[in-house]
Amino acid sequence: MNPLELTLVRIGFLAVLWLFVIAAVGVVRTDMFGPVSQRRRRSAGRQATLPRQPRPRAKPVRSARSAPQQLLVTAGALAGTSLVLADEQITIGRADDATLVLSDDYASTRHARLFPQDGQWLVEDLGSTNGTYLDRQKVTQPTPVPIGVPIRIGKTVLELRR
Amino acid sequence: MSFTASSEQSVPLPHGRRGTELLMLAFALAVVLFAYSAAGLGLTGKLPGLPVDFLVFAAVMLAAHLAVRRFAPYADPLLLPLAVLLNGLGLVMIYRLVQSGRGGNPGYQVAGLPPTAATSQLLYSGVGVVAMVAVLVLISEPRVLQRYTYTLGALGLLLLALPAMLPASHSVVNGAKVWIIFGGFSVEPGEFARLALAVFFAGYLVAKRDALALAGSRVAGIDLPRARDLGPVLAAWAASLLILIFETDIGTSALFFGMFVVMLYIATQRTSWLLIGVTLFLGGSYLTALMFHHVMERFTVWLHPFMGSNPTGIAYQPVQALEGMAFGGLFGTGLGAGQPYHTPLVQSDFIFAAFGEELGLVGVMALLLVFGLLVQRGLRAALAAKDPFSKLLVGGLSFVLALQVFVIVGGVTGLIPLTGITTPFLSQGGSSLVASWILIGVLIRVSNTARKPAPQPIQDEGMTQVVRAA
Repeated sequence: MNPLELTLVRIGFLAVLWLFVIAAVGVVRTDMFGPVSQRRRRSAGRQATLPRQPRPRAKPVRSARSAPQQLLVTAGALAGTSLVLADEQITIGRADDATLVLSDDYASTRHARLFPQDGQWLVEDLGSTNGTYLDRQKVTQPTPVPIGVPIRIGKTVLELRR
Repeated sequence: MSFTASSEQSVPLPHGRRGTELLMLAFALAVVLFAYSAAGLGLTGKLPGLPVDFLVFAAVMLAAHLAVRRFAPYADPLLLPLAVLLNGLGLVMIYRLVQSGRGGNPGYQVAGLPPTAATSQLLYSGVGVVAMVAVLVLISEPRVLQRYTYTLGALGLLLLALPAMLPASHSVVNGAKVWIIFGGFSVEPGEFARLALAVFFAGYLVAKRDALALAGSRVAGIDLPRARDLGPVLAAWAASLLILIFETDIGTSALFFGMFVVMLYIATQRTSWLLIGVTLFLGGSYLTALMFHHVMERFTVWLHPFMGSNPTGIAYQPVQALEGMAFGGLFGTGLGAGQPYHTPLVQSDFIFAAFGEELGLVGVMALLLVFGLLVQRGLRAALAAKDPFSKLLVGGLSFVLALQVFVIVGGVTGLIPLTGITTPFLSQGGSSLVASWILIGVLIRVSNTARKPAPQPIQDEGMTQVVRAA
């Protein structure tokens, strides 16, 4: 073995080691954002309904650019959970048939609901014991929810995201 | 129905991802084979045949993959390949160190490294994988562990205390009284005690976390919990610390303390615990340095390795390691072509210095990234886990893995005072390797539970549907 070949092996091994690291980071990336093909489809056609998610009676109006796309739980036992917003109301509470079932001691069985009206989402308290708060204001009547403003229900905090 | 819920994100994932795992596993095994060949080439100058060690290793790891496929089909696809890569590179380095000075190879023999070390390390890898599979089979749900909170807590303390109670002839290796020695067989129970105590802390803190976070008085802007809530945890911590002082093993005691503080922090979400922890730790280190001569010596070696007669005296080992790494430079000497055998204990505590010399800064950075990814996947599993016990357990275990790598790599490279602990997966030694594999087993189990898709809703009509996210 001459020194040149040894050097090639040495550098080659380091290159392969780094390739492994890069491949591993690629797997992490896929885990976070979904496979490349889906990512591309997603950014290419926002208006078109995605073939992957069959929406039997989806209305095409839903994708105004500023409309919120998902409801994200930012604090509480369910932190990290997200719901994709459609055109139907979302009920929140401890009841088994709520859309978002909370296991929160401070939430009522049917605590609150979120529903779309005229292109925006409104939050309404359903007579809960501890109340629903939209950014520190107690919700007493159906109130429009801006994107990114926290809705507090017991120990759970929700937000609309684009 | 048009609501889709997922616990992670709105983009639906290909859930199983076992194919990705197999692919990455094959990649990791290819890297290990390359390393074996490069080491043989560097040592003897000619390309070795296919090493039997590698074939056995590859077979064991493929079996591990099949076991994960069978028992944890939704687990994170990276945990196993990352562990396999680290374990494999550790095996190659030990094989290379065993070869030096033997069979006409250059260099001289590494003290305390018998010719059979490479084979026994391979055997321990096998035992480790069996232990990992046993974890997957026995613990079908992470919450099963919660039942044994106090049993495992007691077991952990017992494992820690055992070497201190045994006579020195059955417990002391290289000045550290942390072993159990029977005949020719030795175990370092502290490695396993760490896992057991992590389960104990997690189970206990989950039960008491509301009391810990909410009750209690506020002193100088810091919320202190009631003494009776904290009693058992403090007692466990003090006991493990005392035992470790008597066993003269500072590194392990730092790991326990770090794990304890971080789990308390995760459970209560109070930054004050971190402040209290760091203050206590710095104060404790200073006091022990004043009280114990051998601790003070560590500080001297750290601050003045090159002063006076230190390089040939008390700082001989770290100075050899530093010179080796300097010799390696940016790209290293190449596997098998360096002289890592100059550093005493290079096969265990100082194995990172050997990698630094032969793979250089570029290689060592890649290794640290692999550790970092392993920790990141662990923390990700903790985030995605739905029950607080798994969150706490996996969060604590991932953190302690990161801390262990930081403490030993920081020690070897001179960033912090040196404490003799093993480098996970890389160092020679069965206990550490098996314990690391058990840790991977727990991570795989929890990530499987966290990533399992929610059961399909039963009802098909009506306005709403059940989304069981908790």
